Amino acid sequence: MTLTMYILTLILLIISFTTNKIKTKKALKKAWKAFEHILPEFLVVILLVGLLLAIINPELIAKLIGPSSGWFGVIIAAVVGAITLIPGFIAFPTAALLLDGGAGYMQIGAFISTLMMVGVVTMPVEIKYFGKKLTIQRNLLAFAFSFVVALIIGLVVTSI
Amino acid sequence: MIKLLKRYKIFLLILGATLILMLINRPLGIKALSVTVYSFKEMILIIPPIFVLLGLLDIWIPRETMMKYMGDNSGIKGIILAFIIGSAAAGPLYGAFPVAAVFMKKGVKFSNVLIFIGAWSTTKVPMFLFEASSLGLTFALTRLFINIPGILIIAWILSSMTKKETIETIYSNASKF
Repeated sequence: MTLTMYILTLILLIISFTTNKIKTKKALKKAWKAFEHILPEFLVVILLVGLLLAIINPELIAKLIGPSSGWFGVIIAAVVGAITLIPGFIAFPTAALLLDGGAGYMQIGAFISTLMMVGVVTMPVEIKYFGKKLTIQRNLLAFAFSFVVALIIGLVVTSI
Repeated sequence: MIKLLKRYKIFLLILGATLILMLINRPLGIKALSVTVYSFKEMILIIPPIFVLLGLLDIWIPRETMMKYMGDNSGIKGIILAFIIGSAAAGPLYGAFPVAAVFMKKGVKFSNVLIFIGAWSTTKVPMFLFEASSLGLTFALTRLFINIPGILIIAWILSSMTKKETIETIYSNASKF
């Protein structure tokens, strides 16, 4: 996927460059300015991810949302998913392992949902563009919505 | 220099905290640092094309075009486009916000910006394939089917809850970047 993005970007960049050099230069300048503008927040997010994942590791997650943890487990799973930011290719296999370890589909549904939709560590970036109020509202709504996701996944997946 | 220090104040503070953790609990500190180095590599790898595309979009696509397809009167067309662009994206959620800022600068409707962010956060195509292979097709499909109305509802609630002045402030803020 990253490769596709690079190829697409490169093709567009070449088209842009052959059409208008000055405009392309301007676009690249814009790209750099936009990046430099948000870089401090990006670095904060990356450090926070490191600190959080050192403390909340897969073993601890497994302990917290293990078998028969029930609704309490769903809440814990949602909270853990909300405050951590785990790349997909680590998150999904971890979730699969948790399922094998006996965690319920409802807990995993809540965990995956908040992991992707709610971003406590990415809030510094979101606030810079959308302001505090809207950022908090969006994250709260997404958090609440994740329980709906958990409930329906629990109903659908376990009944099949 | 002082301005630069001020901008990176929080970063330096957390960096300090990580180093202190390294002194108190070496294995935990090393783990935190290695995850950070890993995320840094991810950022360096994935972020550049996002920003270059964002720059090209900003320079080449006229505001009128963006408004026609995704602006206030774009209707269902704008909603579908917001979903498609968000779902086709690669990269972590924090990459979505700078792109959203350019969308706002180009006059994309606020609810469509929110739909775009929702789609980027949770209905990305590569992620869906990965999810289906790790957790099963039923799991991934169920989540996708709940997420589509969920993203729309969240976007609708947020855009009707937010005052017009607040939206205007966010838009004028976005045009500065």
